[in-house]
Amino acid sequence: MSLLSGQDLQALGLTLRLAGVVTALLLLLGMPLAWWLAHTPSRWRRPVAAVVALPLVLPPTVLGFYLLMLWGPGGLVGRTLAALGLSALPFTFQGLVVASMLYSLPFVVQPLHNAFESIGDRPLEVASCLGAGPLDRFFTVALPLAWPGVVTSAVLGFAHTVGEFGVVLMIGGNIPGQTRVLSMRIYDHVQAGEYHQANVLSLCLLVISFAALLAMSLLRPRRYARD
Amino acid sequence: MTEPAHGLDAKLALRRGALVLDVDMALPARGITALFGPSGAGKSTCLRAIAGLERDSAGRVSFGHEVWQDSAHRVFVPPHKRRLGYVFQEPSLFPHQSVVDNLDYGFRRAGRPAHLDREGMIDRFGLRALLDRRVGTLSGGERQRVSMVRALLSDPALLLFDEPLSALDASARADLLGCLERLHGALRAPMIYVSHNIDEVARLADHIVLLDGGHVVAQGSLQDTLTRVDLPPALGEALGSVIEGTVSAVDTHDQLVELAFPGGTLSLPHHDEKPGQSMRCRIAARDVVLARERQASTSALNQVACRVVGMADAGASSQCLVQLDASGTALLARITRRSWHALALAPGDEVWAQVKAVALGA
Repeated sequence: MSLLSGQDLQALGLTLRLAGVVTALLLLLGMPLAWWLAHTPSRWRRPVAAVVALPLVLPPTVLGFYLLMLWGPGGLVGRTLAALGLSALPFTFQGLVVASMLYSLPFVVQPLHNAFESIGDRPLEVASCLGAGPLDRFFTVALPLAWPGVVTSAVLGFAHTVGEFGVVLMIGGNIPGQTRVLSMRIYDHVQAGEYHQANVLSLCLLVISFAALLAMSLLRPRRYARD
Repeated sequence: MTEPAHGLDAKLALRRGALVLDVDMALPARGITALFGPSGAGKSTCLRAIAGLERDSAGRVSFGHEVWQDSAHRVFVPPHKRRLGYVFQEPSLFPHQSVVDNLDYGFRRAGRPAHLDREGMIDRFGLRALLDRRVGTLSGGERQRVSMVRALLSDPALLLFDEPLSALDASARADLLGCLERLHGALRAPMIYVSHNIDEVARLADHIVLLDGGHVVAQGSLQDTLTRVDLPPALGEALGSVIEGTVSAVDTHDQLVELAFPGGTLSLPHHDEKPGQSMRCRIAARDVVLARERQASTSALNQVACRVVGMADAGASSQCLVQLDASGTALLARITRRSWHALALAPGDEVWAQVKAVALGA
């Protein structure tokens, strides 16, 4: 018997693909959101920050349950998608991506938010006085200075998505190659009394998590000296 | 390049905590204008508002023929379109870039203008050996030099310097002051220089705007403004005459130079001045002693013949300010009211002013 069965490998591949897609999309969406949170004078800043942080404290099953309600045939999103002729989200990979993004949102947005905030206004003011427009400032000053935060965001988002279970259980189901991720597979093995296989997959998760954290500390440059 | 018909006109109002800034100033299109006043007078805030870094300021700012801000018509040109050269109190270099990348940040965005002598400027400010260094390895003085050249290389139409020397130690300060002084003559763009150090101002500036409590108290040429007698007490230490003259003789034995100016000559400590070079010195109002006759036995080196123009009483104070005219050069003396009466001085009287002149420059 090989160390990992075909189904286990499939679950591993699916998990990595899910985490990769979710992390990439979250960085893309999280950056403007974190920037807005760090710079807006709007009174909506705190409520929005609280909503973003909600998945930190909300049980994943609760999040999954509400998504199931919302996305199901009777839910608002479900009906809208059906009316538009689009496929339903529950029990699909796409659904899992969207759910995971919500679930991992604070892990990506908060480090970015902190990083943008800690840069302060001065470097951006300097850049603008040197003739750099808003996008130019973002890419040549803010992003390089916030780089440690970006790395932290990516790693935390990735690792957190790899390990999710409750949300998948609620809205993903357990469809091989579609929604059967590593944590589901481990659960199945334990249920079936296959402790050896569960152990091997659990070790995989452990190694991934460790590698992610190691990568984080290696990719983070040392802090820049300030004036 | 055509000379703008007028320089900066700024009429701005802004609230920042306890400070209520409400200024109206017109600055010439050439030379260095000092924004001078005590701490908390609103100098930096005013400079930031001129640059467009204070979005919630209200009013009107125009530079040359361009309108930068007109709150009444919802006009607000963002800082990156104002062609500014801003130097902050802290050097604020980009820590993720090398020295040369910092220098070129604005230079590249200005399109590497051919009329800017990039290499010459790097040499003049002594940055040649630092180009490849990381910013974190530079000393405070080196950082501020990089920051200044970075601003100059962005091809600015207006230079805004916010106390660039105040965070530096004495030797770095003297060093940079020398750089700025040499820069003065070569400047194409006008500069606003914020400072609370009157010696710095007297050495560099051509014009001055006096700020106190968020308001413009006086503005005009350096000499005319600093010899006014109607300024608030907070600015009293700054009062005095700034005299520009030519070095007429150097006495290497006594280590003195003679400075010839329209009102006479002054002896000043010799540093490295050469005969014929122009030189500034400052005579603070508190460093002038008045006498009816020329004193024969006194340690004061410098005695200048003057005519009393007027006297301003500083209210409840024991002191008063006497305006003097030394053959066309205005001097100011702060003496006690008792002395004024004891000498029975009156406008039109001839007096001798014993002055302690401080050479500006080193």
